[in-house]
Amino acid sequence: MPDRISRGAFLRRAAAGGSLLTVPGLLAACGGGSKSAGAGASTTESRTLPKTIVWSNWPLYIDVNEKKKTHPSLQQFEARYHVNVRYIEDVNDNDSFFGKIEGPLSQGQSIGRDVIVLTDSSGLPQRMIELGWLEKLDKSAIPNMKNLIPAQRHPNWDPNRDYSLPWQSGMTGIGYDPEKVGYEIDSVDKLLTDPKLKGKVTLLTEMSDTMGIVMLANGDDPSHVTQASWDRAVKRIRKAIDSGQIRQFTGNDYAPLLAKGDVWACFAWSGDMVQLQADHPGLKWTLPSTGGMIWTDNMLIPKGGNAYAASVLMNFYYDPKIAAEVEDYVNYICPVQGAAEVLRKSDPAVANNPLIFPSPAMLAKAHMFDGKALNNQKLKQDFQNLIGA
Amino acid sequence: MDVQGRSLTPRRLPLGTRPYALLAPGTAWLLLFFVVPMVYLAKMALSQGLFPLFRFDWAWSNFTDSVSAYRTQLVRSLEYAGIATAVALAISYPLAYWIAFRGGRWKNLLLLLVIAPFFVTYLIRTLAWETILSDGGLVVSILRDIHVLGPDGRLLATSAAVIAGITYNFLPFMVLPLYVSLEQIDPRLVEAAGDLYANRVVSFARVTLPLSLPGVFAGVLLTFIPAVGDFINAQLLGTPKQYMIGNVVQSQFLSLRNYPTAAALSFVLMGAILVLVLVFARALGTDRLTAGAAP
Repeated sequence: MPDRISRGAFLRRAAAGGSLLTVPGLLAACGGGSKSAGAGASTTESRTLPKTIVWSNWPLYIDVNEKKKTHPSLQQFEARYHVNVRYIEDVNDNDSFFGKIEGPLSQGQSIGRDVIVLTDSSGLPQRMIELGWLEKLDKSAIPNMKNLIPAQRHPNWDPNRDYSLPWQSGMTGIGYDPEKVGYEIDSVDKLLTDPKLKGKVTLLTEMSDTMGIVMLANGDDPSHVTQASWDRAVKRIRKAIDSGQIRQFTGNDYAPLLAKGDVWACFAWSGDMVQLQADHPGLKWTLPSTGGMIWTDNMLIPKGGNAYAASVLMNFYYDPKIAAEVEDYVNYICPVQGAAEVLRKSDPAVANNPLIFPSPAMLAKAHMFDGKALNNQKLKQDFQNLIGA
Repeated sequence: MDVQGRSLTPRRLPLGTRPYALLAPGTAWLLLFFVVPMVYLAKMALSQGLFPLFRFDWAWSNFTDSVSAYRTQLVRSLEYAGIATAVALAISYPLAYWIAFRGGRWKNLLLLLVIAPFFVTYLIRTLAWETILSDGGLVVSILRDIHVLGPDGRLLATSAAVIAGITYNFLPFMVLPLYVSLEQIDPRLVEAAGDLYANRVVSFARVTLPLSLPGVFAGVLLTFIPAVGDFINAQLLGTPKQYMIGNVVQSQFLSLRNYPTAAALSFVLMGAILVLVLVFARALGTDRLTAGAAP
């Protein structure tokens, strides 16, 4: 049992999905655009750091000194800037966390956080911008923003990264046990129809992931959802449910099922699989031949948070050396240029892991989900009906 | 205060108001944590609009729409909870009977054993069932060997697994009230029945069972009501085909943020439970229920 508890905590991705990146590398102006300190000096009164910065993040999403149970990178930050950071691991699920903070935010109250981390594919960061619940980044305090990888610079929901900065990204593809399946499976069609896998397949409860991958398999573009492409994907999944092929729709709980052999192949998140492979080296993860999804967790400053302090913190973590320290522990996709070079010297195994630093060819197969569809109430309802609730 | 303590009298509340004063803490509690949230919920159930801007609008259609959209899950919830309650009663009655009448000095230990699994949290207990019912697990392989399950049959992700999970999770709520009411029965009454030539079956049916009815009533309510609204078992042990009304409310609240529909469904569920409880109480007979509680 303790094994399971730690695993449950380890496999922390309850919700994640496709990303909203625009076509990579259009303009590189964003990151370096604020070199002149005067540009963002509108809030002069808050340019001093407070005593304490409060940061809400997902569990096991930052470097840990196992012996001392501390976060070395945070300690360096505290020492350098003479502030305390209250680091709270209380984001377990985008929707649940949003449920907790939406009460105070909708009343115009502070939630007592300077930085929170939410996933773009949940549609929530976009929604928070629309609702005016986020503070703008103080870009003059983030010169390191130039290290943001080009592919991440202009997501369509925050085109100039005025409100958000990526923390980590991950990909969604097929996780499987080659021994049980009997072959290397990178075909969504096989997953949904091969009678050998009947009742041994799970898909994800995250709409953008499941619908995105099936749309790609249909030859449709998930970054531009139409009613026709949506209906095609729903129909295909419905058929697989009715035939008994699909056992369940899951959050991160597919991981123990896959490890135990109750599930043989499933839609799965890359970071989970890196962790899972540590104990179960036989398990594999791949992007489907027709393409998979990519999503990003973003650092955001909720209204009432200290934008300057939060920006100083973000700047610190966009130093490639610090990013490398975090990456060495976290195993998701790093958004900071230069971190791979640092790690190549200190921990080449991590630097060369394609699930942590994916190749351009791999990234080209990882797609984004339509930002408008994410907050379309009718489609969301449709999907909930499809998965049974 | 004088020595005889008489001076206390004038400071006391008038006799007639004392019961109300005693009720005050409980009433305040109910007002604050039951009535006020209920009013909010009712207001939300009758609102319209998109998150986060809901407008109160007497939108009764929320009720009809949500019931017609989720009738399947609603009926399924009542069905699963009903079966789970019946199974729990069938398991618990003999167990509670045995502990009450044959437990002797082991009574407390046995009761502790009934409750022991509940020192572990609900979620972990349910996850444990994932392991117990696993496709490669002992239970499934035995059932396959004796041909109860086909060679590809499974327990996990079926209705049986969900009902088993619910039954297990609420079992102590059935056992404990049954035990209390059985334990209170004066054994001399059963002996007297025997002296009057009732055989064991008749004395059970005419004496023990009626006297234990308050326990049955309490146990059934304590099991059935939370079971109807449960969503963890369906989520972890079932598939979309097993989702209950609790799963719908959860997804409406948290994923879709359609608070009005979620609130309306909550009220529908509450209403359904209330009606069933009243029918049940009628069927058992209220006199009998209260009579058993009297000293």
